[in-house]
Amino acid sequence: MRSKTPAYPYIVWMAIFIIIPVILVFYYAFTKTESGGMVFTLENFARAFEPIYLGVMWRSIRLAFFCTVICLVLGYPVAYIVAQRKTGTRDIILFLIIVPMWMNFLLRTYAWLTILEQNGIINSVLASAGLPKLNLLYNEGAVILGMVYNFLPFMILPIHTILKKTDLSLVEAAQDLGANGINVFLRVVFPLSVPGVISGITMVFMPAVTAFIISNLLGGKQVVLIGNLIEDQFLNVYNWHFGSALSVILMIIIVITIGIFSVAERDEGGAVL
Amino acid sequence: MRRFVKRLYLALILLFLYAPIFVLMVYSFNVSKSRGNWGGFTFGWYAELFRDRQIMQALWNTIVLAVLSAVIATFLGTASAIGINAMKKLPKRVILGINNLPVLNPDIVTGVSLMILFIFAFNMIGRGGLGFTTILLAHITFNIPYVILSVLPKLKQLDKNMYEAALDLGATPAAAFFKVILPEITPAIVSGMILAFTLSIDDFIISFFTTGAGVSNLSIIIYSMARRGVNPKINALSTLIFAVVMILLYLVNRMDSEKLKH
Repeated sequence: MRSKTPAYPYIVWMAIFIIIPVILVFYYAFTKTESGGMVFTLENFARAFEPIYLGVMWRSIRLAFFCTVICLVLGYPVAYIVAQRKTGTRDIILFLIIVPMWMNFLLRTYAWLTILEQNGIINSVLASAGLPKLNLLYNEGAVILGMVYNFLPFMILPIHTILKKTDLSLVEAAQDLGANGINVFLRVVFPLSVPGVISGITMVFMPAVTAFIISNLLGGKQVVLIGNLIEDQFLNVYNWHFGSALSVILMIIIVITIGIFSVAERDEGGAVL
Repeated sequence: MRRFVKRLYLALILLFLYAPIFVLMVYSFNVSKSRGNWGGFTFGWYAELFRDRQIMQALWNTIVLAVLSAVIATFLGTASAIGINAMKKLPKRVILGINNLPVLNPDIVTGVSLMILFIFAFNMIGRGGLGFTTILLAHITFNIPYVILSVLPKLKQLDKNMYEAALDLGATPAAAFFKVILPEITPAIVSGMILAFTLSIDDFIISFFTTGAGVSNLSIIIYSMARRGVNPKINALSTLIFAVVMILLYLVNRMDSEKLKH
């Protein structure tokens, strides 16, 4: 069991399928194709900072931020309520929260089409009540809804894990010492759960900021996110250079997010996931 | 009163999580194609689903891809976990760092970077194109890290003296590995393989960028159909997938509780 040899095939595999692809992305990001060959350039990045593309990046970050805030506001109470339950009921409720995640991500997103579209359920209810139809699809609201629906469990689970471990006698002690409900929550429960909140925020924000399927299906052409831009550059426009530059920017956003939250997590002492 | 509010809130959140899935299921039995009204009960969409050769082919591709990529990733991943476990601190950290890249990188970046690699390689060789092989290679690549992350902790827990003891008692290195070490780490290998299998079945983004003309898995088919709007055949398919998932979850849970009893 002292031999390192069994790892060698995978090291070769990693070099080919993990390292070289990343190098290629950087290579294309910093070059352009000119008559005959590739030349070094920063044009792709300069282009990414043109107002139209900055707008797309800003929208991606803004929507991911809204999605994260909504997930936190909706998810925290769920985690809190579930953590207070007895083990048996707690496991059942957690199981119920996890089950939809076993459904394919695309299908979960597609399900909202049925509900929101022009002839969808909400609009037929409105129509039968004699009310005018609403345009529920193909706007930012629909995209945020799709994100919250898909990522809410990622917020609930880490917060719940922390709250479950919290010593309830601390809450009782605070009550005995005269703290009211709001004070107990703000000064005892919430501070204790911060590591879970940080994990939850990371786990929701990261997939939300890179999303492109949700925006494609529920946002249509109206809501373009950075992921859609990358897809378009590679599959429709065939500009690998610009697409790669956008990919590099997306990687940087992720690295910054992980950096910020791992520092925050260290300050709070101990990771959750 | 507070209890009631809490229960109501939980119920509303669960309704939010399940309502879309149930709507999908109910409408898979609806005669009328327009969503709004209920035209009567039918199994027609299911019949059409099974007659759709494109979908059946995609289903087959999905299963073959999942089985092949999970098995290959399990072999490569387990072997490399054993090798990594024997490494010194620094090389181990470097390898695990690279191993984490596909886990942390956004799927879309992994997808386009592999697509660039494949097309770049095909251009260099002068022939070949994206297709089944490239999706398979991509799936193996994103599966291996999860197998390693599942097997490595178990290897660390093993008592190092066990292997040496087997050798001292006269076992060949191969026998010591297969009779002593392997049985100990088998649960971790199996859970790594199941994880790899599920990830492969569930993947859309990376398959989408590494596939070529004519080769689809289920999620690619669903995506191309969903982009054209609502289609009752997808509802029927979702209902079946949901049913299969529920049955599998039930079986796994039952196996676990049986194990606890013994």
